[in-house]
Amino acid sequence: MRRFRNGAFLALAVLATTIGLACLAAILWTLVSHGFAGLSSQVFTQMTPPPGSRGGLLNAIYGSVVMTLLGILIGSPIGLLAGTYLAEYGRRSPLSTTIRFINDVLLSAPSIIIGLFVYQIVVVRVGHFSALAGAIALAVIAIPVTLRTTEDMLNLVPAGMKDASAALGAYPWRTLISVIYPAARSGIVTGLLLAIARISGETAPLLFTALNNQFWSTDLNAPMANLPVVIFQFALSPYTNWQDLAWAGALIITTTILLLSILARFLLAMLQAQRGGGR
Amino acid sequence: MMPSSKIPKHLKLRPPVPVAQGTAESGAGPAKIEIRSLNFYYGEVRALSDISMTIADRAITAFIGPSGCGKSTLLRVLNRMYALYPHQRAEGEVRIGGEDILSATVDVADLRYRIGMVFQRPTPFPMTVFENVAFGLRLHAVARGAELHHRVEAALREAALWDEVKDMLNKDGRSLSGGQQQRLCIARTIAVNPDVLLLDEPTAALDPISTLRIEETLQALREKFCIVIVTHNLQQAARVSHVTGFMYMGELVEMGLSSAIFTTPKDRRTDDYITGRFG
Repeated sequence: MRRFRNGAFLALAVLATTIGLACLAAILWTLVSHGFAGLSSQVFTQMTPPPGSRGGLLNAIYGSVVMTLLGILIGSPIGLLAGTYLAEYGRRSPLSTTIRFINDVLLSAPSIIIGLFVYQIVVVRVGHFSALAGAIALAVIAIPVTLRTTEDMLNLVPAGMKDASAALGAYPWRTLISVIYPAARSGIVTGLLLAIARISGETAPLLFTALNNQFWSTDLNAPMANLPVVIFQFALSPYTNWQDLAWAGALIITTTILLLSILARFLLAMLQAQRGGGR
Repeated sequence: MMPSSKIPKHLKLRPPVPVAQGTAESGAGPAKIEIRSLNFYYGEVRALSDISMTIADRAITAFIGPSGCGKSTLLRVLNRMYALYPHQRAEGEVRIGGEDILSATVDVADLRYRIGMVFQRPTPFPMTVFENVAFGLRLHAVARGAELHHRVEAALREAALWDEVKDMLNKDGRSLSGGQQQRLCIARTIAVNPDVLLLDEPTAALDPISTLRIEETLQALREKFCIVIVTHNLQQAARVSHVTGFMYMGELVEMGLSSAIFTTPKDRRTDDYITGRFG
């Protein structure tokens, strides 16, 4: 009887895994087959076209890169410093407990709400959509991710290492910069990469902030094209050339995120090897 | 290592140590550390009760006792390591080289620079072997350029590590073996030429061969420093120290020449402990 239960449970687990993996494979297959069909050198050299004519995604790719980088530039220092505060200075203070709770809420908040929030406080005030507003929305999403990973990674640094630095007469800020950050470096970088991966695929927050732009634009104070919104718009359109481009864009985003995730995992593995190698 | 039955014989091989008249708390040099009526509290819990003693310069003083007896706490008072943690406080008088180190006006970073400490677990910093040893020197800007190289090499030689690492000074300190890491930590601590060297169970995490090498290193260093070592290993205390103090439940039960403590202890609790009846 027990053996039967064991077998039944194993079978269910295998079945669930298979279904999950099959779905994933189906999604990837659809994406790759359609995406490659739409992919050509034009995708990377030309602007988004009007319906019916040929074109590419250059302005959208540029916009995505710019806004993602800007979002990380604004968001990660805040997340990094706040995470440092939580791990190193206010570990048990009531303020930290509150910050941690709010951060967890923010971490799982639907991104469309963050888009609406930035729409209210930036777009409405300024009076128009802009790339900067998009970057701010992405930054708000990046903050909780970097904050959490920074805190976790700093907590992994052995207390003995901090004590040893203090025992040599180092002030806390010196210990932080010379010992703790270097010890947690690959973990923190991994967190940054994951944050980039997270925000580079976000659509909803950009829909209300950066909107979209049919043309090449480098003006941060104007609407800017970006891959997720272009995909959203083109995929819903009735025009086949737009639909093809949407598939190509989806493939580009997915591949980029995949590469970032692999790089992050690789860094984490290196970190563990480094730790283990010391024994 | 040395079986316990052989300790007395082994002790006889050691050169005789001058004994100050009338006190058991004597050693090779003049008194370096003077402790009067020291009490220590973790919150409301008293961890050290009315400790008074003198510790000699240019000698190795060992503290033994069962876990929780307060011997590590005593060490953490001597460089005010405890001040890093909230709710820990010391009362009484601790003079090192005549200066009351418990005074509120003492600069703890400067104090810790003069009172070196080596911990139970090796704590190499996430930097090269060279930079590990140079850390304290750079921190206090005592040496640079050729002088820095000279001091690093001298410290590594004193810690008996130079020959093993001279061709890999640019490798990560964490890639060394456990025993090498601990000697690296000793080198890092003595590089700044401290007045006192504190060692908190420095070989507890090491294999017998590495332990032996550390003990040899300590023997070589004792001519320069006031060395205080806390150890769980009674044979180690008997092998390396001139003076041994036995601590039990926050009190200093007995302190005297190691040869006397390990052969003819005056207190029954000391006798019970060194013969393995408890602890």
